Amino acid sequence: MISLFITLAHPKGVLLRDLHAVAMGRLEITFGRLRLERPGMLASGIMDETGDSMARMIKSGAGAVVTKSIGLEPRPGHRNPTFTEVEGGYVNAMGLPNPGIELFAEEMEIALRAGPVVGSVFGSNAKDFAVLSARMEDCGACAVELNLSCPHAEGYGAEIGSDPKNVRSIVSAVKSSVDIPVWAKLTPNTSSIVELGRAAEDGGAEAVVAINTLKAMVISAELRKPVLSNRFGGLSGPAIKPVGVRAVYDLRGALSIPVVGVGGISNWRDAAEYLLAGASAFQVGSAVGTKGPKVFGEINRGLEMFMSDHGYGSIAEMVGVARE
Amino acid sequence: MLHVSETVKIIGKMRESKDTYTLEFKWDAPAVPGQFVMVWIPGVDEVPMSLSRIGKIKAITVKGIGEASNAINDLQVGDYVRLRGPYGNGFSIKKSKKVLAVAGGVGVAALIPAIKETGCDTIIGARCEGEIILDDVARKYSKSVWTSTDDGSRGFHGNAVQLAKKKMALRDYDLVIGCGPEVMLYFLHEACKENDVECQLSLERFMKCGAGVCGCCMMDRLRVCKDGPVFGTEELDGLSDFGTRKRDECGRIVDLR
Repeated sequence: MISLFITLAHPKGVLLRDLHAVAMGRLEITFGRLRLERPGMLASGIMDETGDSMARMIKSGAGAVVTKSIGLEPRPGHRNPTFTEVEGGYVNAMGLPNPGIELFAEEMEIALRAGPVVGSVFGSNAKDFAVLSARMEDCGACAVELNLSCPHAEGYGAEIGSDPKNVRSIVSAVKSSVDIPVWAKLTPNTSSIVELGRAAEDGGAEAVVAINTLKAMVISAELRKPVLSNRFGGLSGPAIKPVGVRAVYDLRGALSIPVVGVGGISNWRDAAEYLLAGASAFQVGSAVGTKGPKVFGEINRGLEMFMSDHGYGSIAEMVGVARE
Repeated sequence: MLHVSETVKIIGKMRESKDTYTLEFKWDAPAVPGQFVMVWIPGVDEVPMSLSRIGKIKAITVKGIGEASNAINDLQVGDYVRLRGPYGNGFSIKKSKKVLAVAGGVGVAALIPAIKETGCDTIIGARCEGEIILDDVARKYSKSVWTSTDDGSRGFHGNAVQLAKKKMALRDYDLVIGCGPEVMLYFLHEACKENDVECQLSLERFMKCGAGVCGCCMMDRLRVCKDGPVFGTEELDGLSDFGTRKRDECGRIVDLR
């Protein structure tokens, strides 16, 4: 049944069919029309600008990778400094650098040899999102993740994704241009992330991804200036985990589509928190920097131990347990 | 490992050549030879720079070739500068090894801490006499410091790799360490393979985070900022990008040659 779904939904789904042949582990997840061998994905924006880099993350234990957010044209992003460490994480304002969808097709081809790839795209309007998503589908993406939440690029991301009307219309436009699942990545920089989640669901999203970074700023006392060239950026890492867990908990309660949890996961216990809050899958970003690509393998092994110790036969059995 | 950022005060500035300066500052962050820092010049840029001193007093040695490096060289004693790091994997040198350091131009800056720790034989190559720098510093720690210039104005007439080949033929080295322009390092790696000598070379790519997060400095599957910037023989053998391709700020491939 499930494999039939995938084959239908994903005519180029060589990888998913290959995955089917691999011995099923307890870490396997199914949500929407997708099945992944492992529940942890590489979050968008982290080591996912090149094919070899994405392939390395899958080989390190990621169940899928989400690409860097890709736009229509090559874009250098903001000038450095674009990144700095802070207590509990990173603040970055990369500014959506990417080679553009045409050149990125070559990177996709390399990454897809290693496993499933979710294509993240950003645009300034519904039409751009639709065009980019269709290209991602052509490239072989198993799903598309709409960046409606980058906090530091003028005219993109959260600037349009903070309004439920935009979220709904963009998701809806993309839905009519692709057959693969459409995910909406939501911003926490809003009075109600649940409203954004409802808008995504109304537009036809098959999952929401929460959360993107929290809008933030770092100032050098001695130099009396904001450090990042863009002045403000987004906070990621362990500091935002409780914010993300809360968002997932609320979204799970309000929506009937699956939630993908992301924000500050760096070990199996963090991942378990998100699953128990209601996430059907999760993504890991900043921890790839602090712990290295091996973080995926560590989380996978830790989750398997936890499941054995607590009598869970599958990841699905854990989803939302803390809500009961 | 948590990397730190620190705003430090410049306590010394030395002119090494007409366009190259060493800036010293107090910073007690632990560092190993070959590591680098991200240097912020407010309103201009933030760029990676190898540490040319790694003790409690640290230093960077910068050749003014663009807006950012010129802005760094405009800093004066008493000015503040914000650094991130130290980042990356440095040189890994066993005490028992007989080492040859091969530097091209300002690349010698990244090798000085290793030369200081090992007292190894050293080759410093440059285009002309005026661009040979830090040879006086290298001589404090090493008995054998040779120079080469492309125009023959000082030392061996030829490039650093040609001179390194001659020295490898005369002495049994266990390890070559190197830093300089990538095309030079490519041929140094080839020369080491021909002579069956292990090498560790410090490479460079456009960087944003410096901390192994953003993935913009990838060479094949490796991050120059975190898996490097120093790569050993086997890693170099596996890097198809080495000496051939780099990526621009957008992530587009640019041919090196």
